[in-house]
Amino acid sequence: MIVVALVLLAACMLPFVVSNYRTFQFTLALVYAIALLGLNMLTGYNGQISLGHGAFYAIGAYTAAILMDQYGVPYWATIPAAAVVCLIAGFLFGLPALRLEGLYLALATFALAVSLPALLKYHHLEQWTGGVQGIVLLKPDAPFGLPLNPDQWLYFFTLAITVLMFVLAWNILRGRMGHAMVAIRDQHIAAEAMGIHTAMVKSMTFGISAMYTGIAGALGAIAIQFVAPDSFNIFVSIMLLVGVVIGGLASISGAIYGALFIQFVPNIADAISKAAPWAIFGIFLLGFVYVMPMGIAGAVRMAVARLTRKAQNQAAKP
Amino acid sequence: MKMKYVSIAALLAAALASPTALAQKTIKIGNTNPYSGPASAYGTIGKTIGAYWKMVNEKGGINGRMVEWISYDDGYSPPKTVEMARRLVEQDQVLLIFQSLGTPPNSAIHKYMNAKKVPHLFVATGATKWNDPKSYPWTMGWQPNYQTEGRIYAEHILKNNPKAKIGVLYQNDDYGKDYLKGFKDGLGDKVSMIVKEVSYEVADPTVDSQMVQLQASGADTFFNITTPKFAAQAIRKAYDSGWKPTHYLNNVSASIGSVLKPAGLEKAVGLISTQYIKDPLDEQWKNDASVNEWKAFMGKYYPDGNLADASNIYGYTVAQTMHQVLKQAGNDLSRANIMKQAANLKNFRPETLLPGIRINTSATDFAPIESEQLIRFDGKEWKRFGAILGK
Repeated sequence: MIVVALVLLAACMLPFVVSNYRTFQFTLALVYAIALLGLNMLTGYNGQISLGHGAFYAIGAYTAAILMDQYGVPYWATIPAAAVVCLIAGFLFGLPALRLEGLYLALATFALAVSLPALLKYHHLEQWTGGVQGIVLLKPDAPFGLPLNPDQWLYFFTLAITVLMFVLAWNILRGRMGHAMVAIRDQHIAAEAMGIHTAMVKSMTFGISAMYTGIAGALGAIAIQFVAPDSFNIFVSIMLLVGVVIGGLASISGAIYGALFIQFVPNIADAISKAAPWAIFGIFLLGFVYVMPMGIAGAVRMAVARLTRKAQNQAAKP
Repeated sequence: MKMKYVSIAALLAAALASPTALAQKTIKIGNTNPYSGPASAYGTIGKTIGAYWKMVNEKGGINGRMVEWISYDDGYSPPKTVEMARRLVEQDQVLLIFQSLGTPPNSAIHKYMNAKKVPHLFVATGATKWNDPKSYPWTMGWQPNYQTEGRIYAEHILKNNPKAKIGVLYQNDDYGKDYLKGFKDGLGDKVSMIVKEVSYEVADPTVDSQMVQLQASGADTFFNITTPKFAAQAIRKAYDSGWKPTHYLNNVSASIGSVLKPAGLEKAVGLISTQYIKDPLDEQWKNDASVNEWKAFMGKYYPDGNLADASNIYGYTVAQTMHQVLKQAGNDLSRANIMKQAANLKNFRPETLLPGIRINTSATDFAPIESEQLIRFDGKEWKRFGAILGK
């Protein structure tokens, strides 16, 4: 509890000590954290692999962008809209797709992510999506005359939603739904025998997971101020999966570590080598996977456990 | 300890100082390029330009100042471009951003650069929208834009075959429509010469059915506005179906290696396209001073670079243009003056441009290169013919 409070305090101080550009980067990291949390529910807790969450990220982003651009909806109102759209889209996609197990589901979601950019360019949708040109958005100013610049305001706005989404996830995961998810992952036959409606829980998980990713997409679009089909290629989906695994499967805090990883490590890799940035990124990835096989969250948990054990032993000795 | 604080304070003060004050000692030029991702083949442009500044610095810089080239990878992904552009402007405090590559990445930062009033110069895309000094006074393109090129083909058709019946195939996006608009503007009141126009989507597997429609329309002239993969298909189909029209191919797909070879060189004979930079593989430039100068530059400063890759001579040529603007700016390295000088290029000629092509800009004309020369494929290589067309 104290740790969480300290982290929150540090997060609130952050935009006042770093530059606007860094604040913007941390805003993006928060956005990724929400998306990773959603994917982690699906992959980490429910054991379903999705290679297509970039598609829900894009749907969320486009929902926000189209509402702002075409219908003049204020930016904050687009977040719940994106959430609803993605919840429904995810649930509907989940219904048939969940008859597919493991790798087959991964392929089905992959197909979704691959086809979406082409769909966004489709000329009958162009009047809304802007085609390849995409949509340019305006940056929101701080409301109520708060003494914050747009970057700082957007950071706090994103932070507030992130906290809300994390609390919500924490509640879902330790409740009935969360236990059902984990039971299905570990022993789906036993879970069914216990009376869990497997298909329903799986579809619901898919829907909630898509909703989280969609909210992240909407926030991302507002922060970047631009959406275009090229922003949402298959790589987004793969990076999200990388973030989940690196951060730590089936861990809420893992989403934050994973988000920091996918936001900052590619930049570090680019700074090390222009010629082969992705080779450097690959080395980082291999390093993390070997050193921390349970993800960063797993490594932190083990370190804490070892320290407290040591402390207890010491206390028990005399 | 105290010293440390003092130096940190000094650093902070330096970081907060106005960018132009910093720029007095070195000239910081920012750039984004796709060193990774789907368009990474273009990344070599950024490397060539980096090598160019290295050469400039070794020769004493520009008006005694060294150039600092800061180029980041954006992987052709617009969100990454936004992040990197902000890093360049806000953190690295560059004087300007030069040659950021790709239409979607540049669209993503278009508003930002103009809101920040940072020069966004000679962007590496052929879209026409970069020439809009009224709404976007801080952004400027460089290469002949798609509309300019479309007009050049129209000009040639009107002159050589005023009775032509034209069929057009175009990619259904802003790039394809840009070309088509220029082409129609060029035809003017003769626009009815176009007997059929059909489009395709990037996601389409082939353009075969479109080609059949065009052939059936009775057109005898074909304007082919397609990207490399589709261009190769269209060239093959136009030949195999026995249509064999007078075939104009947009410059985007004029690569022998990636388009004409896959289509079949014998099927590409007679194709007409345009060029504005000297092709280093062309035999006639074997003893050309500027091309040899470029080759020597590549050997010394960018030995890994491929001499057959047109992107490398392109990078060298566009860097000379930037060099000229900075030379003209003299000691007034304010952002306003940089834009003023960029809009004040008069008959400037990097010698690696085709003979007769000159760069002209003004406060109302943000399109540096507006002329090209037609080329015809003879089965082995492109051969230039006719006069320089355009403005």
